Amino acid sequence: MKVLVPVKRVIDYNVKVRVKSDGSGVDLANVKMSMNPFDEIAVEEAIRLKEAGTAEEIVVVSIGVKQAQETLRTALAMGADRAILIVAADDVHQDIEPLAVAKLLKAVIDEEQPGLVIAGKQAIDNDMNATGQMLAALTGWSQATFANELKIEGDSATVSREVDGGLQTIKVKMPAIITADLRLNEPRYASLPNIMKAKKKPLEEKTAADYGVDVSPRLEIVKTSEPEARQAGEVVADVDTLVAKLKEKGIV
Amino acid sequence: MAVLLLAEVTDGALAMDATAKAVSAAKSLGDVTVLCAGASASEAAKEAATIEGVAKVLLAEDALYGHRLAEPTAALIVSLAGDYSHICAPATTDAKNIMPRVAALLDSMILTDVSAVVDADTFERPIYAGNAIQTVKSKDEKKVITFRTSTFDAAGTGGSASVEDAAKADDPALSEWIEDKVAESDRPELTSAGIVVSGGRGLGSEENFALIEKLADKLGAAVGASRAAVDSGYAPNDWQVGQTGKVVAPDLYIAVGISGAIQHLAGMKDSKVIVAINKDEEAPIFQVADYGLVGDLFELVPELTEKL
Ligand SMILES: Cc1cc2nc3c(=O)[nH]c(=O)nc-3n(C[C@H](O)[C@H](O)[C@H](O)COP(=O)(O)OP(=O)(O)OC[C@H]3O[C@@H](n4cnc5c(N)ncnc54)[C@H](O)[C@@H]3O)c2cc1C
Ligand SMILES: Nc1ncnc2c1ncn2[C@@H]1O[C@H](COP(=O)(O)O)[C@@H](O)[C@H]1O
Repeated sequence: MKVLVPVKRVIDYNVKVRVKSDGSGVDLANVKMSMNPFDEIAVEEAIRLKEAGTAEEIVVVSIGVKQAQETLRTALAMGADRAILIVAADDVHQDIEPLAVAKLLKAVIDEEQPGLVIAGKQAIDNDMNATGQMLAALTGWSQATFANELKIEGDSATVSREVDGGLQTIKVKMPAIITADLRLNEPRYASLPNIMKAKKKPLEEKTAADYGVDVSPRLEIVKTSEPEARQAGEVVADVDTLVAKLKEKGIV
Repeated sequence: MAVLLLAEVTDGALAMDATAKAVSAAKSLGDVTVLCAGASASEAAKEAATIEGVAKVLLAEDALYGHRLAEPTAALIVSLAGDYSHICAPATTDAKNIMPRVAALLDSMILTDVSAVVDADTFERPIYAGNAIQTVKSKDEKKVITFRTSTFDAAGTGGSASVEDAAKADDPALSEWIEDKVAESDRPELTSAGIVVSGGRGLGSEENFALIEKLADKLGAAVGASRAAVDSGYAPNDWQVGQTGKVVAPDLYIAVGISGAIQHLAGMKDSKVIVAINKDEEAPIFQVADYGLVGDLFELVPELTEKL
């Protein structure tokens, strides 16, 4: 079975985000970028399936600016076999919407015929949490989102999902779209030799036009603003003072 | 313009708080029809009919919708979509699973976690863990939306909308439910509680987490946790508050042994009053706390529990 893993290049989760003063967006120039943390988990899961003999090949796909090839190299260094970069933007500030990403991934699926897709649950830049579900709709495949455990048995997968009430287990028909939650696994670091080896692994470059997909946004960004900042309060001396303050406010 | 709103129904029961908040978010967009889907949902439908601002309730009662699997539920919503300009739901994990599938089937770009309605086409939503607020205008004919419930007040009750049956849609037969692992608890639900007490890695173990639960029980509060506490097995996954967990905005949020990473702040910084207990006076949590107590939680929390 071939496994497809879409990986997104996003601002590193440690970076303090700055909104541009003209309200046009978030400043991404000269900012550290990394693979979306949920996608590292998705790549790791695919590698574990390969190590277990369930998967034969892992293809990683990234859609966005040319620089996303760094993200793909990271995935290759972790253990993916092959990468596809779909260049769909020139400016790092242009985010490709989940619907367009899903359409491009659908086109890749038509060509590659994977048996499984593992995506991240959410990109930590746009916080959409949508692409996997949209891709499942376009392919007509089953979906199992927010996975914290995945077992593949023949033509079905049993997936435990993190939901509001706790955990839910469902069984989905293969081929399926899975989205990875935080506790699916702990992703490995790429070793230096593997980083070197990854440089020789195939990375194919395409454009959105090659797949005939229109990536123009459906959501026009009117403005981006800074949220209201919270004022730091006071450090109180002891528990008695705290209790008195809370009583004064009438909350306890 | 007309709105179809997917109610939050779990095992036959309506999640009143989440649904009523979504109704108040959606009201300005047009007449609101609430869809209650489930293996048993007629009680939920009757209750939903009492939410102020609801024009009509559609009841889709069938075993197929018992666990609200994404594929059949999305197919049901799409079968009803023709009559509506806006299709929305509270941003629960159920709706986050279902609504993007609905949107793609309608060739619309989903608007997730919307925190404010500007007009029928224009919405605000937080991005980058709430460090920026984006205002977006949708060009799609049908808008598919999930509402971040923590930023809307619940609509009142006292209405009496009519309840009609909705025809069942085709079964895509792609997935089946196996089991739910739900912890029973007498505590208030995390996203609607007036007070939340959350614990972090500072607690050090699952046993020690009982300190948090004792304080919560004294206050009649819900219990939350940081990702680190959940990852370490001190607390179950559904207690996680943050960018990728639950978003809460109670009257009082008490953060114990939590450093205050942006991913955690994203889930609680709209709380009315924040109290932080941490031994590190430099911890970022103090930058958002109204009241901070610097010291050892193992001394301070029992003392606080006793004195409240
Ligand atoms: C993709 C992604 C998503 C994430 N999503 C979330 C999310 O939704 N929610 C979330 O919370 N995090 C999330 N995180 C993780 C986040 O970045 C932090 O790692 C996490 O919030 C840290 O948890 P913590 O504050 O409990 O632990 P730490 O940062 O380790 O802090 C522990 C604190 O306890 C204090 N402490 C220790 N002992 C004591 C004592 N005896 N008395 C008093 N204080 C003590 C310490 O001073 C310290 O400040 C996410 C991260 C990523 C990469
Ligand atoms: N531009 C992209 N390139 C590759 N994968 C993406 C892209 N955007 C989203 N994804 C995938 O979809 C997941 C969810 O993203 P989102 O729906 O944007 O929150 C991510 O974790 C990725 O696996």
